Amino acid sequence: MTPPRRRRRLPEHEQPPPPADAGRQRASKNPERLYVVAGADEDGARAALDLVTLIVARAEPPPSAPPEQVAVLRLCAAPLSVAELSAYLNLPFSAMTVLLTELLTAELVQARAPIVRQSIPDRSLLEAVMHGLQRL
Amino acid sequence: MDFNGSDTIPGPRTEDHLPHTAQAAVKIVIVGGFGVGKTTMVGSVSEIRPLTTEETMTQAGIGVDDNYGSESKTATTVAMDFGRISITDQLVLYLFGTPGQQRFWFLWNGLFEGALGAVVLVDTRRLEVSFDVIGRLEERGVPFVVAVNSFPDGPRYPLPELRAALDLSEEIPIVACDARRRASSRDVLMTLMRFLHSLAMTGSLT
Ligand SMILES: Nc1nc2c(ncn2[C@@H]2O[C@H](COP(=O)(O)OP(=O)(O)OP(=O)(O)O)[C@@H](O)[C@H]2O)c(=O)[nH]1
Ligand SMILES: [Mg+2]
Repeated sequence: MTPPRRRRRLPEHEQPPPPADAGRQRASKNPERLYVVAGADEDGARAALDLVTLIVARAEPPPSAPPEQVAVLRLCAAPLSVAELSAYLNLPFSAMTVLLTELLTAELVQARAPIVRQSIPDRSLLEAVMHGLQRL
Repeated sequence: MDFNGSDTIPGPRTEDHLPHTAQAAVKIVIVGGFGVGKTTMVGSVSEIRPLTTEETMTQAGIGVDDNYGSESKTATTVAMDFGRISITDQLVLYLFGTPGQQRFWFLWNGLFEGALGAVVLVDTRRLEVSFDVIGRLEERGVPFVVAVNSFPDGPRYPLPELRAALDLSEEIPIVACDARRRASSRDVLMTLMRFLHSLAMTGSLT
């Protein structure tokens, strides 16, 4: 029996948008950092929240805090990803990011940005992940 | 949802709390067609009970006539399962089981771009459902390995035949797995990490 065969797709006209820092990366001829912390923007603009951005409460909920903010602050007394918060609170991801942006603005939570793939990988990061998996 | 009962909001079990030292997370995507075993693989290696996150997308209605008098927008909800593995006190790995269809990808902006890499799960009974996703990963430059789930009634193709069918170049690893078994799923992830490491050694990604 012969399996069906994949046909390579023709190059597409609509390319995916380049990552925000693509220009910077290309400009640098000698990149040594291969995974960067997402959204560590040069302008200091706040990073977009990723599914795996870790959120940590910085303060007790103020008495005026609406219940949904109180719920988030309770949950992220220990670090918790945006995806986990979305799952526990049963909120769609985009609604979760709106809520978290309010909390970030009010400085009630801290966001720890994920490490994202770069054009050339960081071997020590990969080795750390391999060691972690070996212990599973 | 009702947040007033926030005392009763389900959260992680105490033993599932990440340490305060957790600084950053990385993610790996497990992608494949319907029913290939994505949820099973996420669940078998995750240290937490797998969770589900959702996103809602509204689409402009196409058949306006069918919707006469009603809002010509439809909402589609897409769910994605995920799990977690603590790597060190500072680093956490998240695994996302993602449907292969293109329309889901737009919803999860950045999911594939930011992932260290992807595992493409294929079922030999329906190889063709994986063709599109492999093409998309190639286009986006997302490094991936292929894991072949062994369903008892699935045809067993020799590796070269499978490689030819999927039109994969020699360097892309193809491994057999049983997504129900933790050790097997872990080995698939190790294969991906070793592949990424070899790319790091040669200094290039796809
Ligand atoms: N024999 C065998 N069965 C498997 C394996 N992986 C998954 N299954 C079974 O296949 C069925 C589908 O698995 P799921 O993990 O739900 O697949 P999925 O990709 O998440 O499916 P959707 O989310 O519906 O697209 C379940 O009944 C699993 O028990 C495997 O490696 N071997
Ligand atoms: Mg599933």
